Amino acid sequence: MNQQDEQVLTIFEKSKPGRRAAVLPAAEVPEPPLEELIPAKLLREQPPRLPEVAEPEIVRHYNRLSRRNFDLDTGFYPLGSCTMKHNPRLNERVAALPGHARLHPAQDPKRAQGALELMWLLQESLAEICGLPHVSLQPSAGSHGELAGLLLTRAFHADRGEARTKVLAPDTSHGTNPASVTMAGYEIVKVATDERGGVEIDDLRAKVDDEVACLMLTNPNTLGLFDENIAEMAAMIHAVGGTLYYDGANLNAVMGQSRPGDMGFDIVHVNLHKSFSQPHGGGGPGAGPIAVSDRIEPFLPRPQVVRRESGNGSGPNYDLDHDRPKSIGRLRGFQGNFGVFVRSYAYILSLGADGLAEASETAVLNANYLKARLAEGRAGRYTPVAFDRHCMHEFVLSGKPMKKELGIATLDLAKRLLDFDFHPPTVYFPLLVEEALMIEPTETETKESLDAFTEAIEQILAEAEVDPEKAKQAPYTTPVRRLDEVKATRKPVVRQPLG
Amino acid sequence: MADASYPEDLLYHDQHDWARLEGDDHAVFGITWYAQDSLGEVVFYDPPEVGAAIDKDSSYAEVESVKAVSDVIAPMSGEIVEVNDALADAPERINEDPYGGGWLVKVRLTAAAEAEALLGADEYRKLLENS
Amino acid sequence: MTRYTSATPDDRAEMLAAIGVESTADLFAQIPEPLRLGRPLALPAGMGEAEVYERLAALAARNADCEEQVCFLGAGMYDHYVPAIVDAITQRSEFLTPYTPYQPEISQGGLQAMFEFQTAMSELTALPVSNAGLYEGPSSVASAAYLALGATKDRRRFVVSRGVHPHSRETLATYSAGFGTEIEEVGLEGGVTDAAALAEAVDGETAAVFLQSPNFLGAIEDVEMLGAVAKQHGALLIVAVDPMTLGVLRPPGECGADIALGEGQPLGNRLDFGGPSFGFFCGSEELIRKMPGRIAGETDDADGRRGFVLALQTREQHIRREKATHNICTAQALNALAATIHLAWLGRKGFRELGELLVRRTAYARDRLAAVQGVELLHDAPVAREFALRLDAPVDRVLDRCAERGIAAGYPLGREYSEYEDGLLVAITERRTREQIDALVDALGAAVAAEAVTV
Repeated sequence: MNQQDEQVLTIFEKSKPGRRAAVLPAAEVPEPPLEELIPAKLLREQPPRLPEVAEPEIVRHYNRLSRRNFDLDTGFYPLGSCTMKHNPRLNERVAALPGHARLHPAQDPKRAQGALELMWLLQESLAEICGLPHVSLQPSAGSHGELAGLLLTRAFHADRGEARTKVLAPDTSHGTNPASVTMAGYEIVKVATDERGGVEIDDLRAKVDDEVACLMLTNPNTLGLFDENIAEMAAMIHAVGGTLYYDGANLNAVMGQSRPGDMGFDIVHVNLHKSFSQPHGGGGPGAGPIAVSDRIEPFLPRPQVVRRESGNGSGPNYDLDHDRPKSIGRLRGFQGNFGVFVRSYAYILSLGADGLAEASETAVLNANYLKARLAEGRAGRYTPVAFDRHCMHEFVLSGKPMKKELGIATLDLAKRLLDFDFHPPTVYFPLLVEEALMIEPTETETKESLDAFTEAIEQILAEAEVDPEKAKQAPYTTPVRRLDEVKATRKPVVRQPLG
Repeated sequence: MADASYPEDLLYHDQHDWARLEGDDHAVFGITWYAQDSLGEVVFYDPPEVGAAIDKDSSYAEVESVKAVSDVIAPMSGEIVEVNDALADAPERINEDPYGGGWLVKVRLTAAAEAEALLGADEYRKLLENS
Repeated sequence: MTRYTSATPDDRAEMLAAIGVESTADLFAQIPEPLRLGRPLALPAGMGEAEVYERLAALAARNADCEEQVCFLGAGMYDHYVPAIVDAITQRSEFLTPYTPYQPEISQGGLQAMFEFQTAMSELTALPVSNAGLYEGPSSVASAAYLALGATKDRRRFVVSRGVHPHSRETLATYSAGFGTEIEEVGLEGGVTDAAALAEAVDGETAAVFLQSPNFLGAIEDVEMLGAVAKQHGALLIVAVDPMTLGVLRPPGECGADIALGEGQPLGNRLDFGGPSFGFFCGSEELIRKMPGRIAGETDDADGRRGFVLALQTREQHIRREKATHNICTAQALNALAATIHLAWLGRKGFRELGELLVRRTAYARDRLAAVQGVELLHDAPVAREFALRLDAPVDRVLDRCAERGIAAGYPLGREYSEYEDGLLVAITERRTREQIDALVDALGAAVAAEAVTV
């Protein structure tokens, strides 16, 4: 059956009174009425209206549902700044080991030495990759790492008796950067981009003053370009006593090639669900550990995983150190997304020094190759690259000529790509480029995959020259066609009504 | 409103807002055809409070489409005396009738001379062509 | 050695030719020489899969997990039984490997799963709007505080019960440094929030009041009674709850809560030494435009087919940027899916029965332990699945002795509650059999006797 013709029912709509899946253990203990144990006013009268379904139905429901998803294991996902690289199944296997999966976070550290050592080893690995010695694994995502970095900045300045008010970030920065700035209590000030695609140095110079707490950058930036003025920018912000923050979303371009710590950054966050192969899961989980310089170290979140020599010859001992008087405190419960640490550590062991450097090298090679292919033919004409120089791991095209000459927008091109079994690139970001398409192939794509993508773009543009309506009404073959987002937002329906 | 239109009897601000003067010291504000076209279908408008003071060139409200949020800029300074409540249930009027039923606020002006800094319809059209 | 890459020397030659450079080094020339690392990373060389497996297995073997030690540890995360279908479904490529559903036409699986999750959590908490999840429990409390600031405009104070999880209170304090807000803590009396002290603490400057039920000591709070003072002063009432107890305990939505949130791990997720799990976050209709995180909404496609999209995206960072309701981007979607599957597996009857089972086994454990020489209840407030004891012996030593017997007897309270230095928090799940509880009683009794300070 064509998926488009499938009747869409939620699991709630498949409910039938009397059906069930779970068989619970017998109580084995006395079973007084609950009112004898808990006052009636604290008890619930009507149970929540969860569905009543049997196990085979549940499995069938979610299996069918899963097939209404496009996924990375199945096809190409060139989403810029998302680093959709292969997710190794070895990592799932080791994460599922009971010693990892069934370990309680409050277990006594002396009975969780394997876990703490793993965290310490991951910390050390990330420190080496980033070029900054001190790492906290606590933040649960990139955004969480950004907030941590800004709170560290705040603590750093407060420790010196200062209360600064502003944070600078390029106009090309990812939306999480300004959002984090506001949550950390700062005012965002945007810095312009120059014609080469880097930060406009004069604009930066004009805006750096002693009210500026921090400059947030990513390098290479969201245009996929390495900003060669980074040393000068680092000097500028350090001269006024501010911190330099690195958004690690684009780390995949530089592993083993260059290190943010060496570029002058004080605080770096790393997205384990990007460069370090943690599966995206349709929107998480991920993790956003941070690496910091010596001067920021005292403020790191609490607790920190530490390694101590035992002195009695029985080898090192790992612990959670809560005794950190200048710490900004906790960012969340327990120690962070340990299951993600296991997967990323396995990935780092698998690749090693050689493999990580090769991953970045191949990521940059693949991106430049795809860029070169897309500079040919119709793609070159209708969706030219926004900044014509070698890119790093990603590049941005502009659909402006396509819109003007063919009358189809980047959105339409993206929707038509769905019919060709590709996930579209990131669209309409960065805002600096009109009708932007941000493309990041990653190192795990074959040359054939990149060629096939190029051919699809070519075909869609050729089609649009003759019949622009085709793209404008796309997609045709996906489980649903274009959805009415206006309706969804005007009158939101965010849950199943029940009875 | 399908086709671009910029009524002659209005004054325009370069941030794509219009003003209709009423008498010596009142005006009605809204956003232009270009602004609503760029935004797409408006899904939400959160009106400011009656009595609020607004400053020329500053934002006094936000208009939301599905994929974007736009600051609405005051062409002139004043105190809000009336807001278009009908837009709460029918924000799409801003698209359908940006100069009529899609009006946003009525203001008692504090500096009527600010009108001199605004553009006429021709000048505004020229601005759009050049951008 | 390549790992997961496929570029052969021939591929590379062709690609370099197409690009028009001699080698990949030319592509890295844009990095100034002084910034080139110029040496291999000081990490071991890459290893084959089998070797990596052995390394990781060796590390795992050095952890006392729940298969090795019977686990009575709780404090927000619990050793529940997660049915095998959860793994089978969440390990499917189609759920494991896609990105956030920005292209809804090819993400209907993920979006519908979010919609079902939102429905389930809304049902559990009895609040109409749920988001698709946040990172975990304690940071969700801080996220609620951020919402309260936006919703109450000029108020800068939070009032928080000491019954709220210490990690949540600490996280709130950390975020508060950025918000520029003050936190006032209200103590406990008889194991529950001191109502008089709470009433005194809340005023017209309070943006939100934070309660937890069951609280950290396992006591069930009278949220409706306590929360009334928040309403009186126009403060938001924010309640953290244990989702596994919502089959039997009165839900926060029926007790006047504006926001109900908490640690979602007990639903469908492994312990994993503390994460990944998810935080759930539900609120009243009025707060929908201020909610953090993704929200899936129902709609139709161009041909009238039913479908789902990310709704109200203008709240989020990718559109609203510095004015977003939150900075969150990647959340915990797969973990939320696990929860939905687990809840479907338990079902309406099973979820309720599980709650009843927890309450009864907990009552049994509590009664038996209270009768042990050298052990007494820290409070006698009603409990659901966790309770606090006082021991007449150093808690750490008692725990070590129990560990020797293969039992993780509980969470020492003295760490975060200096007033309960001799306190121990014991948690019950449906996996804790009567036999295991009896063994705990024996072990704890023996340990306390052995370690008791002789008078």
